[in-house]
Amino acid sequence: MVDFSVILAGFGGQGILSAGKMLAEAALYDDHEVSWFPSYGPEMRGGTANCSVVISDEPIGSPVVNYADVVVCLNQPSAEKFESYLKPGAILIIDSSLFSYEPTRDDIKYIPMPASEIATELGNMAFATISMIGCLATATGCIKRDTFESALYEILPERRHKFIPGNMAAFDKGAEYAQ
Amino acid sequence: MAQKRVLMKGNEVIAEAAIRAGCRNYFGYPITPQTEVMHYMAKKMVQIGGNFVQAESEVSAINMVYGAAAAGARAMTSSSSPGISLKQEGISYIAGAELPAVVVNIVRAGPGLGGILPAQSDYFQAVKGGGHGDYRNIVIAPASVQELYEMTVEAFNLADKYRMLAMIMGDGTLGQMMEPVAFRDEEPIEKIEKPWAAVGRGGRDFHNTVTSIYIDPDDLEAKNKELSEKYAYIQENEVRYEEIGTDDAEVVLVAYSTCSRICKNVIKQAAEMGIKVGMIRPITLWPFPSKIISEVADKPNVKAFLDVELSQGQMVEDVRLAVLGKKPVHFYGRNGGNLPTQKEILDEIIKIREGGNV
Repeated sequence: MVDFSVILAGFGGQGILSAGKMLAEAALYDDHEVSWFPSYGPEMRGGTANCSVVISDEPIGSPVVNYADVVVCLNQPSAEKFESYLKPGAILIIDSSLFSYEPTRDDIKYIPMPASEIATELGNMAFATISMIGCLATATGCIKRDTFESALYEILPERRHKFIPGNMAAFDKGAEYAQ
Repeated sequence: MAQKRVLMKGNEVIAEAAIRAGCRNYFGYPITPQTEVMHYMAKKMVQIGGNFVQAESEVSAINMVYGAAAAGARAMTSSSSPGISLKQEGISYIAGAELPAVVVNIVRAGPGLGGILPAQSDYFQAVKGGGHGDYRNIVIAPASVQELYEMTVEAFNLADKYRMLAMIMGDGTLGQMMEPVAFRDEEPIEKIEKPWAAVGRGGRDFHNTVTSIYIDPDDLEAKNKELSEKYAYIQENEVRYEEIGTDDAEVVLVAYSTCSRICKNVIKQAAEMGIKVGMIRPITLWPFPSKIISEVADKPNVKAFLDVELSQGQMVEDVRLAVLGKKPVHFYGRNGGNLPTQKEILDEIIKIREGGNV
């Protein structure tokens, strides 16, 4: 049974909300129940942005995540805030190209990965969050690679399909950090 | 036939549902967390030849709804709590003139400007009046994006059928979240003749007047009585609710919309611990499902009720009126934009059982 909660957080403009949507779309493509909930508070302007994604086989209760299976962070304030939201044994993924972070807890799995570097190498900064989704999907098994790829073909308009191989390269690069 | 499920934001689904229900007149004024209803309408109404007006204020928007409804058209406005307060004068006039209209409130925490996060603290305003005079609105509380769609369509049907205002009560969570929704190929639109509409004589030997003014006290009293009879009929025929596991429940939760979703998971979690918990989820907040709550209160297995809301305790008053002292009615609320966690509600249930206060 799938029952899985993710928080994605960073600065507004880093593609956090879009990354969450892609994850949610992929889960829907797999026919799971899914919810996506953005932070829409006053802190958004120029500050941090985050969204919660819940994927489940059962109807979803609260779309607001208090206990996460995975937290993905693209800035330090988010890592400091959301580390405490992790369930014991859950995973904290950060973009180590942007900041360094020492988790305060030892009951979580910590994955620092150079997401922005990966994206730069692949020539598109938007791939940073995709590489992190590749990492979280592989580490948890919540979304299969092929499902994610098929979902991209379905959701993106055809004129943007040319970006999908790049997205999948980022996904695969991110997956390497999942071990 | 249901179409394939798509991922959509609650606010956008409300707007899409209204258009599918034949609404071609939308008037609004932006306010978080419901502005996406407006955005969607602004984009779509132009494409389908409907009317979209960003009014200069909420007061204007509701009076534009009054005008369009008086001409027999399906019309809607949407806002969030402080904006809905501003609309109350128009809502009362719509009730007085017996006009069908749909108003959406994506509730945020108050009072005053309050915050922009979800709350259910407009319950009193929605079901007990809000505006002046003896009137009621049909108040519907969907709990998912799918229900926002289906119940918005239904709100238009009910408004036309009873010539009154139907309100969709959501909250910031429901409006802002994305969830899968499956649209129908065709909407169950009930076409209702509106011979009362003020659309010009068109060759008739009389003209229609839409008004809420009755200066003669006997005329107004007759009107009040007529409205009461209509409301009594609706109370008898249009109550909607969901009932879960009350046949063997020890504690019965009463919760609507967002809170009911969290409570459903509490019921499952409690069952794993061997605690039998049930729920009555009001779908129509007015007419309120008093009868079923009263019947459940009579069941010997039911020891206590726990009402859960995003408020300091509003609906709980109606629950207590329905239970009439037959069983204790407890309350748990979060406020200010916070949602209760499953654990908080479960702890409350355990406290009620352990306290012997069942």
